[in-house]
Amino acid sequence: MDAKTKDLWVFIETNDDGTAKSVGLELLGAGRGLVDKQGGKLVGVVIGNNTDSAVKSAVAYGADTVIVVDGKEYEHYTTDAYANALYALVEKYGPTSILIGATNNGRDLGPRVSCRLKTGLTADCTSLAIDEETGNVAWTRPAFGGNLMATILCPDTRPQIGTVRPGVFKKTEPDESRTAEIIRENIHVDPSEIRTELIEVIKEVADELVDLEGAEIIVSGGRGVGGPEGFKPRRELAEVLGATVGAARAAVDAGWIPHAHQVGQTGKTVGPKIYIACGISGAIQHIAGMSSSKTIIAINKDETAPIFNVADYCVVGDLFEILPVLTAEIKKLKS
Amino acid sequence: MNMLVCVKQVPDTTEIRIDPVKNTLIRDGVPSIVNPFDAYALEAAARIKDKDPSSQIVLLSMGPEQAKNALKECLAVGGDKAYLVTDRAFGGSDTLATSYILSSAIKKLEETEGKFDIIFCGKQAIDGDTAQVGPEIAEHLGYPQVTYALEVFAEDGKIKVKKEVEEGFEIIGVKTPCVITVTKPSFDPRYPTVKSKLAANRKEIGAITAYDIAGIDRERIGLKGSPTKVKKTFTPPVKTGGVKICEDCGTATAKKLIETLVADGII
Ligand SMILES: Cc1cc2nc3c(=O)[nH]c(=O)nc-3n(C[C@H](O)[C@H](O)[C@H](O)COP(=O)(O)OP(=O)(O)OC[C@H]3O[C@@H](n4cnc5c(N)ncnc54)[C@H](O)[C@@H]3O)c2cc1C
Ligand SMILES: Nc1ncnc2c1ncn2[C@@H]1O[C@H](COP(=O)(O)O)[C@@H](O)[C@H]1O
Repeated sequence: MDAKTKDLWVFIETNDDGTAKSVGLELLGAGRGLVDKQGGKLVGVVIGNNTDSAVKSAVAYGADTVIVVDGKEYEHYTTDAYANALYALVEKYGPTSILIGATNNGRDLGPRVSCRLKTGLTADCTSLAIDEETGNVAWTRPAFGGNLMATILCPDTRPQIGTVRPGVFKKTEPDESRTAEIIRENIHVDPSEIRTELIEVIKEVADELVDLEGAEIIVSGGRGVGGPEGFKPRRELAEVLGATVGAARAAVDAGWIPHAHQVGQTGKTVGPKIYIACGISGAIQHIAGMSSSKTIIAINKDETAPIFNVADYCVVGDLFEILPVLTAEIKKLKS
Repeated sequence: MNMLVCVKQVPDTTEIRIDPVKNTLIRDGVPSIVNPFDAYALEAAARIKDKDPSSQIVLLSMGPEQAKNALKECLAVGGDKAYLVTDRAFGGSDTLATSYILSSAIKKLEETEGKFDIIFCGKQAIDGDTAQVGPEIAEHLGYPQVTYALEVFAEDGKIKVKKEVEEGFEIIGVKTPCVITVTKPSFDPRYPTVKSKLAANRKEIGAITAYDIAGIDRERIGLKGSPTKVKKTFTPPVKTGGVKICEDCGTATAKKLIETLVADGII
């Protein structure tokens, strides 16, 4: 289809309680940069249940217009209901580009909708620009487990769509005094058209919230921490730093820490200011999830561990000796 | 259950090195393997077949002749039949074109193999890392989808999926026919035996070309049918000269690290 407008849409994914997930708000900032170059409006698209707070956030973080689809059937994400709603909106308004957060749901929704629209989708982008020659969005993304970067264009079909990694773009300062045009769309699906059913939710981490994607500092542990108790010094360090605890797959598979903490190809993709890897060898699947961190500190007793190839600070030594001292020193610094 | 598993042959990305002079990927000598996520998908199908031996598992791959090796490997660990979709005209396809070709091939296969209840894909292929082909096949066929599956159960004709989500897991019920994409579970997929390898080697692999798929739209395949175009590829800037910190003992190392971090303004 052809674009009816030059508008750029940002899909604002919501939580079950109707609040906005962080990544959508990050992408409003990224979208603003693109809109400034290509023209058009920056539109936040909110789909969810009881979405007032998400709509407010979208405005505060920079949307010129917010399109809202609200309804009970959108409380918990389903492919059928969300794809139906987003597709209907695109048909009606014809945006030129759409940014979607590369969360589990975003990566479930994106291909479904782009395929229905017979247009291109670039997955899991880590940088966005406007191509000088053609004016298309230049989507840059890692491939081959992060060994290669590719810049992709979608020149002939609209909208051009991309999913973008959480944490790559930082949220701008919210401005609560901003106003925006709010458009409410009444789109509903018959429950019989939703072909999946949520039977049970198994929450792994009732005692803490693991927001790795939004974290500024992450302290991660791998097989080198030696066991579930090995995460204790890590947690202490995380506490004094105000950091979130991450993990490599080996520690998750061993049952030392829940999967929600896992960083990497089959875990979360993170981009904190500081990433501290303790006892992690640096397998390609782990690096794929954390290489865009600003500063990487790796602690490993094996000088040849591949993690040191991506680290800014290569700390060679036994983490059981190093971590407690590190924690104590930082405590001292803080007081 | 009548099941189909989509299998892609991929270069083993853990073996890929960067040519430090030319700054390109060194692909020579990199072994080709079954995409690991597809092996997990096959394992999920095989576990359903373990419980219901009347089930059938059909394997489908799109790629060059060489991809038959990947199919043979999969025949040795649970696949009953295998088909390769191969044609020069398919070259250069992006995920939209690939999923269109695979879904067209699936419809064609259903004429002889019967309707598939579940179409399995890996979560993603480790070369492109897109995770798009599965959901796009579902869209082309008009089927429901469940992504990020860890385990799949078929009981009394009902499908239940243990799905990985950010906060933990969900159990999702899904109507058949459906598409399920599988991520890495905590168990290893089964290994072939000498006997199963020999048997797999003797099996015929059916070939499907564009001509075989009646009604395939030639505007929608290959480069022409691919809305996304690669403008350029480059190797990510390698971090060189990470500061090495290694003192005589852990305490000294930790202190040195703090000093350095403070001096560099990191903390
Ligand atoms: C399809 C697929 C998907 C995957 N997805 C992911 C993913 O998302 N995330 C992920 O992390 N992995 C993933 N993996 C697994 C990955 O390949 C590695 O197996 C895993 O990352 C290894 O974890 P590790 O570094 O903790 O363990 P190891 O590789 O065993 O490394 C442990 C390290 O600790 C060091 N060490 C030991 N003791 C000490 C000590 N006292 N002090 C200091 N250092 C010490 C050792 O020198 C070693 O380098 C995936 C694999 C596959 C096949
Ligand atoms: N050429 C192909 N042949 C068979 N299956 C494929 C092919 N490409 C992708 N798939 C399937 O789609 C999944 C996701 O691939 P991708 O979207 O490329 O990451 C893979 O794990 C396979 O199951």
